[in-house]
Amino acid sequence: MQTNKPNGCANESRRSFFKKSTAIAALAAMPPLLAKAGENDEKLAEYFEKVPLQLEINGKPYSLTVEPRVTLLDLLREQLGLTGTKKGCDHGQCGCCTVHVDGQRINSCLSLAVMNHGKKVTTIEGIANGDNLHPMQTAFMKHDGFQCGYCTPGQIMSAICCIREGHAGTPEEIREYMSGNICRCGAYPNIIDAITEVKKGGQPL
Amino acid sequence: MINFEYTKASSTKTAIDASLKNNNAKFIAGGTNLVDLMKKGITAPQRLIDITALPLKNINSDAKGITIGALVANSAAAENETVKTKYPLLAMALNAGASAQLRNMATVGGNIMQRTRCSYFYDITMPCNKRNPGTGCGAAEGYNRMHAVFGASDKCIAVHPSDMCVALAALNATVNISSSKGDKKILFTDFHRLPGDTPELDNNLQAGELITAIHIPANNFNKAYYLKIRDRLSYAFALVSVAVALEVKNGIIKDVSLAMGGVAHKPWRLTAVEKFLIGKTASQQVFKDAAAMAMDGATTYEHNTYKIKLGKAAVLEALTKAVV
Repeated sequence: MQTNKPNGCANESRRSFFKKSTAIAALAAMPPLLAKAGENDEKLAEYFEKVPLQLEINGKPYSLTVEPRVTLLDLLREQLGLTGTKKGCDHGQCGCCTVHVDGQRINSCLSLAVMNHGKKVTTIEGIANGDNLHPMQTAFMKHDGFQCGYCTPGQIMSAICCIREGHAGTPEEIREYMSGNICRCGAYPNIIDAITEVKKGGQPL
Repeated sequence: MINFEYTKASSTKTAIDASLKNNNAKFIAGGTNLVDLMKKGITAPQRLIDITALPLKNINSDAKGITIGALVANSAAAENETVKTKYPLLAMALNAGASAQLRNMATVGGNIMQRTRCSYFYDITMPCNKRNPGTGCGAAEGYNRMHAVFGASDKCIAVHPSDMCVALAALNATVNISSSKGDKKILFTDFHRLPGDTPELDNNLQAGELITAIHIPANNFNKAYYLKIRDRLSYAFALVSVAVALEVKNGIIKDVSLAMGGVAHKPWRLTAVEKFLIGKTASQQVFKDAAAMAMDGATTYEHNTYKIKLGKAAVLEALTKAVV
């Protein structure tokens, strides 16, 4: 088992195998179709045109080109390999894909990447300070704020903003303002304990 | 998602001009509803016009009322001090909608334009006159637990999903609109449509028209409450909701506005109940009598008969909580 890879991805080989095999299958199927469409319909080619996109992710500037239909979530995961941000429902109902854009929590699955031009994005990969975990990460570990862990990146990103926004005053308020993050394992009581502890700690987030 | 052309408008005029050049173009701001609809294949615009750079992000208030720019985020509107202190009904309704993440993305203008969450509208394998006119209404004979009890037609029994809009209907808001012909205002209660024979039309906004702001006139309401009843405590659409604003002086109801959500194709004002309440004492007995008549004229379907009892109880509770 590979661990502690710089990009935090333990299944690098499996993931890249899938990527390559999908790409080969797509190549085999696409050229005749595309070539014909390109000859016949200039407009179709226009639709596939990628647009330039500059943004900052976890403090690093990126200069990219994307299709307009690519969501911020898919850009992070599929093009940039930042797979810490999870795809749950892909419809803004579960909160797994929560990231910060210009300091505000949003659902990256419902945000077109191209509409984030010039903005600063922070993902779960960007909140630790080197080897020092973010206080919210430490608190989630201490309080067992998860079981399977799939919703955890979204929970943590959302929890940081819940405190920043001033909505972590009581357990009831935390429940209300964290309701956009679903945990099907049901770790809610421990998540609330983790957030409450970080809130009481008073560290700048 | 089917790909599309993307353009970013630099001014209201260029946005409107761009929309007139392509009759399958849509404006996009928060995108929380539109991107979802595009992923599901319910809508497939050929061009998206990004309006997020337009100067429509201000909240201005004076003695006449408050004007909230179309691009103000739902969360920003809900946290605005003037909204919280002078128009608390709007803040309560905004906070009852969606989740913190979605409220950060969703704009006030987009909230008004959001489409129904009817499960038959959302399932492209099902008949739906709103999505695909002439195919029939799946909900009328189907699982219609979430559906309308007021103002529906045999073509469509969907409900409007917004909480914010219920408060705006109660607060006598207007929608400010720009087009190539100039600016105009539509009374909020005239903005959304009943389904009738054209359920594909949610509202009266015409091609090439862009919502620039909402305006709420100043009022003398000193009591307000937004009650939302849903299947879970947070982050779910309303089964029934009630927005109430009252002006109570020396125990007498001088003025009242009452609107319901989750019961019709548009926010539903209870004008007969309002008339009944004005001039009466703000007492439990009066509120009970008002609640008893709240659902008069309702038509139910197989799975939503519960909305009659729930609607009356919700009106009573909202009035009671407003005056506490």
